[in-house]
Amino acid sequence: MTDKKFDVCEKRAEEIIAQYPDKHSAVMPLLYLVQEQSGCITEEGILWVSGKIDMAPVHVREVATFYTMYYKKPVGRFHFQVCRTLSCALRGARDVTGYLKERFGLEPGEVSLNGLWSYEEVECLGSCGTAPMCQVNDTFFENLTVEKLGRIVDRIEAKKPNLKLSVLRDEMGDGLQGNPKSEVI
Amino acid sequence: MSKKILLKNVHNQGQATFDGYVNSGGLLGLKKALKKDPKEVIEEVKNSGLRGRGGAGFPTGVKWGFVPRDTGKPVYLICNADESEPGTFKDRVIMERDPFLMIEGMIIAAYALGSSLSFIYVRGEYSYPYIKTLEAIKEAYSKGMLGKNILGSNFSHEMVLHRGAGAYICGEETGLINSLEGKKGQPRIKPPFPAVKGLYGCPTCVNNVETLAVLPFIFSEGWEAYAALGTEKSKGTKLISASGHINKPGVYEIELGYPLKEFLEVECGGVWKGRKLKAVIPGGSSVPVLRADEIEKVNLDYESLRDAGTMLGSGGFIVLDETADMVEVARNLAHFYAHESCGQCTPCREGGHWVEKVFTRISKGRGVPGDMELVDSMCSQIAGHTICPFGDALVTPAQSLMKKFPEEFKDRILNGSKSTNPLNYELGH
Ligand SMILES: Cc1cc2nc3c(=O)[nH]c(=O)nc-3n(C[C@H](O)[C@H](O)[C@H](O)COP(=O)(O)O)c2cc1C
Ligand code: FES
Repeated sequence: MTDKKFDVCEKRAEEIIAQYPDKHSAVMPLLYLVQEQSGCITEEGILWVSGKIDMAPVHVREVATFYTMYYKKPVGRFHFQVCRTLSCALRGARDVTGYLKERFGLEPGEVSLNGLWSYEEVECLGSCGTAPMCQVNDTFFENLTVEKLGRIVDRIEAKKPNLKLSVLRDEMGDGLQGNPKSEVI
Repeated sequence: MSKKILLKNVHNQGQATFDGYVNSGGLLGLKKALKKDPKEVIEEVKNSGLRGRGGAGFPTGVKWGFVPRDTGKPVYLICNADESEPGTFKDRVIMERDPFLMIEGMIIAAYALGSSLSFIYVRGEYSYPYIKTLEAIKEAYSKGMLGKNILGSNFSHEMVLHRGAGAYICGEETGLINSLEGKKGQPRIKPPFPAVKGLYGCPTCVNNVETLAVLPFIFSEGWEAYAALGTEKSKGTKLISASGHINKPGVYEIELGYPLKEFLEVECGGVWKGRKLKAVIPGGSSVPVLRADEIEKVNLDYESLRDAGTMLGSGGFIVLDETADMVEVARNLAHFYAHESCGQCTPCREGGHWVEKVFTRISKGRGVPGDMELVDSMCSQIAGHTICPFGDALVTPAQSLMKKFPEEFKDRILNGSKSTNPLNYELGH
């Protein structure tokens, strides 16, 4: 049950599986590979993972649906996740969500027609000391104000930076980079 | 403020590199520990008085003593870096800025436990901490700090970094273990405890990042130096994640026993916007709330907070000013727990949503007399009736907010008034 689409992941997959005493433990990192390739968790991806680690497809599917970070349908190229939990809510998370809703003209979970934008509200991202905050793809943007968020969206629109895990680097410039520098005192 | 153990070097340039780490005094503790007998290492951790920093505060050395070494099965060490308790963001600082401190602590723990393979389970959203830790592990291997014959000793150890994928419950140790085995992160019934039957059915020890990161100090400076800090029963220092309505949110290291009020006024810079304090949630969202009039004589340590009717928990210190709408606070947290229930136990899976629904209708001005009693009765059917303590974590803020601020809930039910200060978008617009 292999698929050409995942040929490029084969080597990486073998390395991952070899790390664990039991190959079933590799299900989560392999699902991340699927998501990296396909943008979300696809049925063919589930079958590929299932074949790699000898796990019944139903169990792979069960894992994929249990964890919120595996997307069951495509998200925008820039997916905004706004923290809505207490510490962020106390400092204005609702304005962050409100701004994105207005600016994108979308409901949470919808993707814009050009495929660029989507957003949703999520639970505490462990960035409560720099609230309110939101995550765009794999990058945190903290201490937000509506004005700052506006500049961030402008910049993303203009530069289309790569905000994925593999390249967490200062791509945004001008003090807007999202890489978390937790405020330590 | 007080002696720094964990945050001492976080501002150093290059601290997250091997050389930077060694230059700041790193590896001294590990070198000393590797010269001792593992039993002695466990004894010294017991003597230091170190207690688990993941929330429960269980003595670390005692916990290690429960892990059998003679079963013929491998022993696993797991570093719990799932950090998902709302209001907590301290482990992240160590992973981002001083990851070798955590790695060194893990090797000391692994040596004491006789473990040759350990895992770090980091929450999926922590991309940057993940990258920094991954880089550090790679460098540790290349410098002989991990792998075969660590620092020239007889001890060998491998370390694997595992990324979660967004589930609060994977912070609970048996949920974490199931997740690491490739299953849904649903907690297991205890006993058997992980110490006896954990990962892959083998003896397993799960410790929090902060707990492990203390170990290098205990062995470089001696357990006596650690035990000299803090109070009689709460030894050492603790990272406090301060957030909410304060002037200077952030991660602070305090000596246990530090007065809460002083912490709020001096370190946190007081309540923001010149407003008055209304309440503090001192240990993460799952612990009981303290009203402003209750904080006077309270200190930040396990015993003092317990005597005040709350807990130190994970050290997530959330401050609420006079404008906070406590019905909304209750609703916001109820939503969190309803969303994060793993779905295994009916009381928690169903009850969480009901509690949220009732708080939502009170907040929208549609509460009916008897709603507070209704929530209380639901809570009593959830707490203690679930496999893991998540059920208790769910009911604690709900019940304590109603108990400490009953008039706010009553008024809203009687007046049928909507919240004037909604916390979240869906109620605010
Ligand atoms: C619902 C729930 C969530 C938890 N989340 C975490 C967490 O995010 N990080 C953590 O270290 N411990 C968490 N714990 C505690 C762990 O189960 C475990 O006690 C801890 O990791 C042990 O480490 P320690 O002895 O060093 O504190 C959680 C417990 C429960 C019941
Ligand atoms: S409450 Fe928003 S990051 Fe924790």
